[in-house]
Amino acid sequence: MKPNKNSNKQGFFVPEPAARPGEKPDFSRIDISSPDAVPMPKVDCAANETHKFASGLIRVLGLDGVAGGQWNPKLDAGELLEMLRLISLTRTYDERMFKLQRQGKMSFYMKSLGEEAVAVAAAKALDDEDMVFPSYRQQGILFSRGRDMVDMMCHCISNSRDNLKGRQLPVHYTWAEGNFFSISGNLCTQFPQAVGWAMASAAKGQTAIAASWIGDGTTAEGDFHAALTLASVYRAPVILNVVNNQWAISTYAGIAGGDQASFASRGIGYGLPTLRVDGNDALAVYAATKWAAKRARSGHGATLIETVTYRGESHSTSDDPGKYRPKDEWKSWPLGDPLERLKDHLYGLDAWDEQRHEKMLSEQAEFVRLAYKEAESFGTLREGPLSPTASIFDDVYVEQPWHIRRQRQDLGV
Amino acid sequence: MARMTMIKAINSALDNLMERDETVCSFGEDAGYFGGVFGCTEGLQEKHGLNRVFDAPINEAAIIAMAIGMASNGLRPVAEIQFSDYIFPGFDQIVSELSRIRYRTAGSFTTPVTIRTPCGGGIYGGQTHSMSPEAFFTHIPGIRVVMPSNPYDAKGMLIASVECDDPVIFFEPKRLYNGPFDGDPHKPALAWSSHEKGEVPTDHYTVSIDKAQIVRAGSELTILAYGTMVHVAQESVRVAGVDAEVIDLRTLVPYDMETIAKSVNKTGRCVVLHEAPRTSGFGAELIAQIQEDCFYALEAPVARVTGWDIPYPHAHEWAYFPGQERVIRAIKQVLEG
Repeated sequence: MKPNKNSNKQGFFVPEPAARPGEKPDFSRIDISSPDAVPMPKVDCAANETHKFASGLIRVLGLDGVAGGQWNPKLDAGELLEMLRLISLTRTYDERMFKLQRQGKMSFYMKSLGEEAVAVAAAKALDDEDMVFPSYRQQGILFSRGRDMVDMMCHCISNSRDNLKGRQLPVHYTWAEGNFFSISGNLCTQFPQAVGWAMASAAKGQTAIAASWIGDGTTAEGDFHAALTLASVYRAPVILNVVNNQWAISTYAGIAGGDQASFASRGIGYGLPTLRVDGNDALAVYAATKWAAKRARSGHGATLIETVTYRGESHSTSDDPGKYRPKDEWKSWPLGDPLERLKDHLYGLDAWDEQRHEKMLSEQAEFVRLAYKEAESFGTLREGPLSPTASIFDDVYVEQPWHIRRQRQDLGV
Repeated sequence: MARMTMIKAINSALDNLMERDETVCSFGEDAGYFGGVFGCTEGLQEKHGLNRVFDAPINEAAIIAMAIGMASNGLRPVAEIQFSDYIFPGFDQIVSELSRIRYRTAGSFTTPVTIRTPCGGGIYGGQTHSMSPEAFFTHIPGIRVVMPSNPYDAKGMLIASVECDDPVIFFEPKRLYNGPFDGDPHKPALAWSSHEKGEVPTDHYTVSIDKAQIVRAGSELTILAYGTMVHVAQESVRVAGVDAEVIDLRTLVPYDMETIAKSVNKTGRCVVLHEAPRTSGFGAELIAQIQEDCFYALEAPVARVTGWDIPYPHAHEWAYFPGQERVIRAIKQVLEG
């Protein structure tokens, strides 16, 4: 580790990222192995057999776009194209929504630029009956499971058709029909809940498993320890994903301890097998998730997966990344762009070409534009109509108790 | 019917619940094989199986989060937090998650979790085993907060809590586990076996978690109490020789204002009791609501007798505990006022 102006002779030390604004991006710490380097362990392996998977990087797609290695899930062109379409759709949707937020159409937005494959590929590797407990950058799961885009937008603009009645900040989706649990802004709370859900599934003799996602920064929460302890103790059929996108708002992953050891390696200490995966390689994410799902479904318990990726955009519409990291850092990210990598792979297979790709992009842009037009017809946060004001007093309890009824009357609704 | 301590009554409630509903499960620290440090879950693992009654790691956030996850997947978990003093590592899961899942998902996910936890002092538990933290929980929209004062209510209210689709924090005043306590530590300990509320049906029944109970009808003043203080109130009234109406609130959220207002409007005088510290205690809420709803009936300022605004001391436990002397002083003050 390089000398740091914030360490003193006594050894008090505050880690700093390799580069700040105005400095040259430096990702020399990211060790990239070739797709052949990391083998696939047996699905019933012990945690301590996964050390090399916790420190290495599971990859299928080389940066040349060629797939290889033991983890290659050997998907057919149709399946690959479907993932490409979903990654692209997520990005197109995000871009449009981000712009609309800037135009004042919604209060808040968060993009998943650069890490779309993490959600899309995992969703494709899971069964639709599996319950997901996501964080706020997995909108790709919703697209993968076929949620209506207009409904998603109605939630984000908090209009009369918002399925959450305007109670949640935009992008904090819930979609019970699609087995998509409620997103919480209190980070990591959903991680141990997912374990509880999975335990209940196993207790009822059902085959559905649970999966949850948190960020690198969130691993510092006590609930991370709670989740890993529960998952290990009760051998719960759950997949615990840490999306290491390098940044937690303005705080780099080192402040969560990421410079000392990989986030993946934390799992082994709990007795959980662990996989560290190239998160910008849709095929690797797919394969690792499949492996963990198979392990969970066959009664061998939980897996911790770290997906190594990069947050290409600001944390949300409320921060300016130019103030805490080099502006062009994403361009230097050694694992590239998940969309470009999958596209190049498909080009290499002669299953896709630039012309069709451009056509898809323009069709998706038009699809998103029309969806927003329709969503807006049900109202916007600023112009209304919203859900009825009286509904703010509903669903606090099964039935409205006297004190809330009185307060509703005080408001005059 | 059978003679039961509050511990046995709680045990019987869980047993009945698990017999009737296969989705009910129970877990907590030492609450599996051993049956809990107070014995509330004793024998349940043997009877209902390891998958339904089990030990949990020492992590209250984990215990409550696990319950939330299970409840969102169709189970009806009863989580035991060994002492209510220990509940705070799980506070975020209660405040930010458990209480709001129904609301923030507009009813598409619900989490009918019951959290059982012993509270209160009087057992020389020192500051880490004596707290009455109920007020923190009454400030969280979306959960019910209840506290029984006897074995009969404990069983009926626990069954009602677990069967209720709202999340419930079920406080168990641990000084009452083995017998009623009138606030005088120098008397020999009393047993539930000679108390009418120690007579408990062995079968399933419920006690409303919406209704207070008038445990002594009276005309001169109203005393509002819950948990251990219900018994202190009754004995203080007897010693003072006044005709007080003593109301056992039983449920703090939503509290039964109808019963309270009816009584205070009748007596015109009121004393509020709790063992928890005074400032921002639940008494503050009760008194505020009483002055809103009963102001013109009041003949004197409402008084409150509470624990002090200090941590619960060990050696000087009885200097902290709001015993009969303090209650009687308040009764006299309100009657003279």
